[in-house]
Amino acid sequence: MGEIHVMREQFLPPKPPPRRHLISIADLSREDVERLLATARSFSRSLEREVKKLPTLRGHTIVNVFYESSTRTSSSFELAAKRLSADTMSIKASGSSVDKGESLKDTALTLGAYDPDVIVIRHPQIGAPQLVARYTEAHVVNAGDGKHQHPTQALLDLYTIQEELGRIEGIHVAIVGDVLHSRVARSDVQALTLMGARVTLVGPPPLIPRGIKAMGCEVSHEIDAIAAADVVYVLRMQRERMQEGANYVPSLREYSARWGVTPERLRPGQKVMHPGPMNRGVEIDPRVADAADALIETQVRAGLVTRMAVLYDLLTTGPVGVRAPDPLEVA
Amino acid sequence: MLYGKTGPSLVDLVVRGARVIDPVEKLDAVCDVLVDGGVVSQLGTNVDANGHRVVDGAGLVLAPAFVDPHVHLRVPGGEDEETIASGTAAAAAGGYCAILAMPNTEPVVDSAAVLGSLIEDAKAQAEVPVGFLAAITRGQDGAELTEMAELAEQGAAGFTDDGRPVVPPALMRRALQYHGITGRRLALHCEEPTLSRGAQMHEGAVSAELGFTGYPSVAESVMVERDLSLAAYEQAPLHLLHLSARESVEALRAAQANGVAATAEVTPHHLCLTEEAVRTLDPNLKMNPPLRSEDDRSALVGALRDGTIGSVATDHAPHARHEKEVPFEAAPFGVTGLETAFAALYTSLVEPGLVPLETLLERMSGGPARAYGLEPPRIAVGAPANLVLLDTQATWRVEEDRFRSRSANSWLLGQTLRGQVRMTVAAGRMAFDG
Repeated sequence: MGEIHVMREQFLPPKPPPRRHLISIADLSREDVERLLATARSFSRSLEREVKKLPTLRGHTIVNVFYESSTRTSSSFELAAKRLSADTMSIKASGSSVDKGESLKDTALTLGAYDPDVIVIRHPQIGAPQLVARYTEAHVVNAGDGKHQHPTQALLDLYTIQEELGRIEGIHVAIVGDVLHSRVARSDVQALTLMGARVTLVGPPPLIPRGIKAMGCEVSHEIDAIAAADVVYVLRMQRERMQEGANYVPSLREYSARWGVTPERLRPGQKVMHPGPMNRGVEIDPRVADAADALIETQVRAGLVTRMAVLYDLLTTGPVGVRAPDPLEVA
Repeated sequence: MLYGKTGPSLVDLVVRGARVIDPVEKLDAVCDVLVDGGVVSQLGTNVDANGHRVVDGAGLVLAPAFVDPHVHLRVPGGEDEETIASGTAAAAAGGYCAILAMPNTEPVVDSAAVLGSLIEDAKAQAEVPVGFLAAITRGQDGAELTEMAELAEQGAAGFTDDGRPVVPPALMRRALQYHGITGRRLALHCEEPTLSRGAQMHEGAVSAELGFTGYPSVAESVMVERDLSLAAYEQAPLHLLHLSARESVEALRAAQANGVAATAEVTPHHLCLTEEAVRTLDPNLKMNPPLRSEDDRSALVGALRDGTIGSVATDHAPHARHEKEVPFEAAPFGVTGLETAFAALYTSLVEPGLVPLETLLERMSGGPARAYGLEPPRIAVGAPANLVLLDTQATWRVEEDRFRSRSANSWLLGQTLRGQVRMTVAAGRMAFDG
């Protein structure tokens, strides 16, 4: 009996501490991340079974609210909730009351009236998840807020690196491209440095935010710098965020000539990651995207189990109070 | 230039035993102050109350009341956020005996007609006298000068396009040349808009981490440098609004040393907070110019102390509650400040010994008055009573439902502050009796 008990313990995800929201990687400790990754791993084993659905979150309600277009994040949150037997509801801004000018506060109050357990929100404005957290009792998961944070993307990236390279500590990751407009880059820098990885940001000077080194990363403007990395993480050139006439780069043509990730600029064995969606031929050469060392689909699969882990982590502890915001220091 | 309620209700009272500090009169002594018919009539010990109300000032500070050179009263057009009555009641509760209102309203105060109607309203409603600044350019569009001579005759207290910079250098030069005939001050919002486009907060380590579009210090300081160069060339005076960056302070100090008649102001929030506060993503920490680095803050405190910056200005900017109950990125710029300015600055600058109390009192009263050519409030026999009675021992909590302002977008909500206004006499009338 004892042995069986030990076996079963190994398959159970670790016990999470009381927590309310996942809004920023900055809110997590290293232990939190390790626990989430371990939970994700246990879920990935469960997905190998014939019946993939777990009863874990039966009776819980999870609402996905997406104010920005998304394929992989919204589908993966929805599937993650379904795999855990939660009831899900997905709302897109277009076609909802948002079109009629409803404020985010009122949308939050409306959805909150259904007593959902979790609200997953993607919004183009920094601070939107905090606002929803203020006006509902639900656990809030940030699925991307403006250029600020995309914490589940960072967790799935950590999971991918851990699974592919066996560790995160000491791994050197080069993040290439438009860091300025990238919530993925910010979340990844925080998450990777938290776990003891080394991060180098590579890109044209106007697309590397001033002051970013304070986050504990290095900066290079030369594409050659990616050769030293174990993992090359390619960011999407966010054309939709480029203000007209802002002149961050003279042209996409010049950008891809100088900073595009091509097979010639990679060493054999270097892993390549990309948060998607890709602009093939702009930031990433199609030959790189389709090569065996590209982990792009692995990342998508990791997204499912990581988001299952996040939902599990938020919902399997007893009710806890909303953490009061820290009072402002009058310096 | 200042307009408020007039009439027979002038104050008769004696404040006994307060520490009377008047930096203008170089007075710092414990004594009695007698006010007769709204005029200071006697200073001394054991002054005869003459049947007047006696206020016990023991343990309190009596000082010339404050002058706020930068208030958004939101009228006309924004009466849901503030009115002349509510804004001046807030000013009185904050210890102010005079305030200057900014012209970025709807419509803009750019014609004698709009200005005239505001002056009439102030005479009927204002609890403390108000001076109205008129726009430098029509509609604050930065294209054509307003009719400054007529506006000055009508009673404009000065000229500003506050909220917006005057972008074309040639237009700025014309404004510096022409406004001289009015004898009123030109006050400039220094911001190079192409460097601050889309900005949400100070550009630096915090904006890099949070992902906000940054508003670099240099967006302010290049405009400060340009305007000071033009002022030096035209030998014209000017007033710089709400400075926030070290580079701006250094440019101002250099220009003053070269004889440019430049004055400047700084807000309580820029003196008390840094960009770090924005990590809370609280929309009540969003303002223009933004909170900057600790290095900038210490340069501002140093400049206030040594007089390079001669005025504290609240930049009181009321916003309707629903406008600030949005994500930080969607919120409008601006915070209130009239009712908390003294306590915030006493708590964060005077108590820790960064700025002497007398200096703070001067920068909140005589400094801003002189910057606009107004008579500095004084505690002297024969002077109109403009008095504030302060309790520097009392602590109080900033709470939303206690504001006299119509808006509560304060960066200090929930904070406990030391230093409380007990009474304000403005232009000889009891404005606040707490």
